[in-house]
Amino acid sequence: MGKAKKRQVDIVLLILVVILVICGLVFLYSTSAYNGRVRFNDPAYYFKKQIFATALGILGMYVVSKMDYHIILRYAPAVYLIALGLSTAVLFFGQEYNGSRRWLSLGPLSFQPSEFAKVAVVLLLAWVTERTKNKTTSFRFMGLVLVSILPIVGLVGSNNLSTAIIIMGVGIITIFVSNPRYLPFLWIGGAGIAFIAVFLSVESYRLERLAIWRNPEAYDKGFQTIQGLYAIGSGGIFGKGLGSSLQKLGFVPEAQNDMIFSIICEELGLVGAVLVMLVFALLIWRLMVISTHAPDLCGALIAAGIMGHIAIQVILNIAVVTNSIPNTGITLPFISYGGTSVVFLLGEMGLALSVSANQGFSRRSVTKT
Amino acid sequence: MRGVFMRKNKTANKKKVVVIFFLCAGLLAALAGRLVYLMVFRSDYYSERADDLHERERDIKAARGEILDANGTVLASNQTVCTISVIHSQIEQPEEVISMLVKELGISEETARKRVETVSSIERVKTNVDKEVGDRIRSYGYAGVKVDEDFKRFYPYDELASKVLGFTGGDNQGIIGLEVKYEDVLKGIDGKILTTTDARGIELGEIGESRVEPVPGYDLQLSLDINIQEYCQQAALKVMEEKQADSVSILLMNPQNGEIYACVNVPEFNLNDPFTLNTDVDTSGLTDEELQDLRNQMWRNSCINDTYEPGSTFKIITMSAGLEEGVVTTEDTFSCPGYKIVEDRRIRCHKRTGHGAETFVEAAQNSCNPVFIEVGLRLGAERYYDYFRQFGLLTRTGIDLPGEAATIMHDPENIGQVELATISFGQSFQITPIQLATTVSSLINGGTRVTPHFGVRVLDSDGNLVKTLEYETQDGIVSEETSATVRMILESVVSEGSGNNAYIEGYTIGGKTATSQTLPRSANRYISSFLGFAPAEEPTVLGLCIINDPQGVYYGGTIAAPVIRDIFENVLPYLGIRRAEVPEETTEQ
Repeated sequence: MGKAKKRQVDIVLLILVVILVICGLVFLYSTSAYNGRVRFNDPAYYFKKQIFATALGILGMYVVSKMDYHIILRYAPAVYLIALGLSTAVLFFGQEYNGSRRWLSLGPLSFQPSEFAKVAVVLLLAWVTERTKNKTTSFRFMGLVLVSILPIVGLVGSNNLSTAIIIMGVGIITIFVSNPRYLPFLWIGGAGIAFIAVFLSVESYRLERLAIWRNPEAYDKGFQTIQGLYAIGSGGIFGKGLGSSLQKLGFVPEAQNDMIFSIICEELGLVGAVLVMLVFALLIWRLMVISTHAPDLCGALIAAGIMGHIAIQVILNIAVVTNSIPNTGITLPFISYGGTSVVFLLGEMGLALSVSANQGFSRRSVTKT
Repeated sequence: MRGVFMRKNKTANKKKVVVIFFLCAGLLAALAGRLVYLMVFRSDYYSERADDLHERERDIKAARGEILDANGTVLASNQTVCTISVIHSQIEQPEEVISMLVKELGISEETARKRVETVSSIERVKTNVDKEVGDRIRSYGYAGVKVDEDFKRFYPYDELASKVLGFTGGDNQGIIGLEVKYEDVLKGIDGKILTTTDARGIELGEIGESRVEPVPGYDLQLSLDINIQEYCQQAALKVMEEKQADSVSILLMNPQNGEIYACVNVPEFNLNDPFTLNTDVDTSGLTDEELQDLRNQMWRNSCINDTYEPGSTFKIITMSAGLEEGVVTTEDTFSCPGYKIVEDRRIRCHKRTGHGAETFVEAAQNSCNPVFIEVGLRLGAERYYDYFRQFGLLTRTGIDLPGEAATIMHDPENIGQVELATISFGQSFQITPIQLATTVSSLINGGTRVTPHFGVRVLDSDGNLVKTLEYETQDGIVSEETSATVRMILESVVSEGSGNNAYIEGYTIGGKTATSQTLPRSANRYISSFLGFAPAEEPTVLGLCIINDPQGVYYGGTIAAPVIRDIFENVLPYLGIRRAEVPEETTEQ
């Protein structure tokens, strides 16, 4: 069959992922040691949990990368339904932390269904597109795609707006990629901006968030943003050195979570921060390459969806941390603390690797058509 | 057909992925630009804000300068005391720390345990701990135990010159006395310790601390001499007890330059415990305000803060004005019938039977009221008031102590003949003792008004001269001639007249006694005083003793003059003023 010869994963992507995972763990340890020591009397508390999740994720990535993504795609509806089920379950049985229910407890492990939902949506959209074959240009297709992801957007969005935005973004990117036209997307973009404007003005607390964004120092709720800016600003060009952040000592709340990039800025300076962004840019670039070299449309869409997911999270996270947009809770992929996130991100990388390795199947899929 | 469409479609898909990539790359580049703005151009602003957040500033108190007497003896200094604190999060051996605290600080184990086990950023265990104990505790080297040094003002002589020196409050700032007046000289510049802390306020040991060292204050050297002050205080206490007086003030100064050698106001109070009353008054029923009033009363320096009717000592002023103006000479003769009628008033002499015929000098020796009334009337109200002003009695002396009281005097237009008559022998107006001493100084030193003062020079902590303090003088208060006549007359008062009790063989001493009745006259309370100076020809020491409300004999010449004699007898040799040789001594040799 010559299959074995062709099953070659994209080594560049793999290297980039390994770099991010290792750097992520180093940053996480540096950032979380203080909080771990203060809260759990163990500087490595967060690090240990993260390294366990990372190991699990690497295993998952390996397994997924060895699989044929077409086979995985067959289970996409089932995966999607499970995601819906878990997202529903979390509303009723979820653990509350910092005022929102986002975790399901499974014994000693906790699981965040919204992270799973992102992967499920990527897969589902590829599956839907695959089903509709070549009718992707129709408005009916666009509607179908939107309708198919609306349930999960609604469920997740009910308690985690940021993740819902990411899922929407991934959906829109998938539609954009599957449709050769450009003009409709200008309309969609315009409509989106109008929607956001209305959405913000309806509820006053959202406008307040906007006011905080404009001048965070004037508001108590701008505390996190301001502390992040202090961290970034005090980093300067070369930073204070790894481990030397002062802002992580309780000033930036939960520094190992959403605001971790600000601590990277403080410790490694502009140079380190831009290097981290460069690695992410390379990762996105590599996912683009995999997508454009995919043997078929569904492979291309899977890679594009993953690329969109990573890109949206990285851009929004850095934009929030630098107070370029109003504050919303989005984690930095591979680096922020979060076991579920890292497991599924690595799983997604496995999918991308699988797409990259399955280029040989293109002939078969063509013949199959 | 389908294949072609598909390929076209696929190319479009790829293009779109590339478009998305460039869109993302563009956004990332924009964010990188934002980072450049934040981390390069706004870096200083945010770093500064962050530093403010992380740094805790602690002051290091500067050592307050010492106050030295004329010989360099320390009258006010600093004691290093320690504050012992524990930092819960840094303690590694709680049991050892507890037993060490119990042993060194003498506190109960329960207290020590409570302090050590309290979860707080810093817990103060004990303040005002001796430096030796603090050093010992430091030498144990236990983590989490903090020994901070601090200064506490200390007065080695407790009560000595309490109302002159004054004391400092908890923040080492002067509250009364010289401590207030010379605050700027003494206080120094506080230093700082900058430490970095985490969000809970816990210091980060690994970063260390930066210090700005404090600059100690300058020392102040006084003209006040501890030996003279001590002797005067004892003399004052002795007469206060003998005469069961309310209080006794003694002032000793150099009339030539205004330097004050001693300023005693008994009862004094303990400078190391200035808030405890020096009387046995039961304070239990008093409000805080009443208690504070009593304290303020206790802290008053009567020589400077209070006025009194000077009485006959003021005849020196009337005498000087009369001589200067030429309305009276030493040879003028008067007749005293025991009273003088002024307008419709009959003003009595203290000797009811009258002094009879007497010269002006004899009248001074007798302290004869009618004669001095006559001199005052000869001057007239206007001229008298002009001299009053010329002698500086209407302005404050400018002494270097806070709260000097002003003269209470009639308005010039209200001075009628009767008022003029009473003013002439020192009644119906009030001045401070320091005002009297200063004014008389200028009348006997040749006519130079000096500024009375304690502060002489400012020294650095190594004893090097920083500044010699200078004070204003004003010449031409009276003529040299008048001044010499006044000295001569006052010498005769002591050698032959009412001041005879101040006479010391071998010294020429000038002086004037006074006995004045305080208001209301019906209370029969008196102030006995004596002002003396020596040597009479060129006085370098002027002493004033004021006894408030003595029991029994209350004549100044009887009870106040001997106090000054006793003091002069000891102080004049001490100051190097030699006794003229007297025959007995020659024979003894």
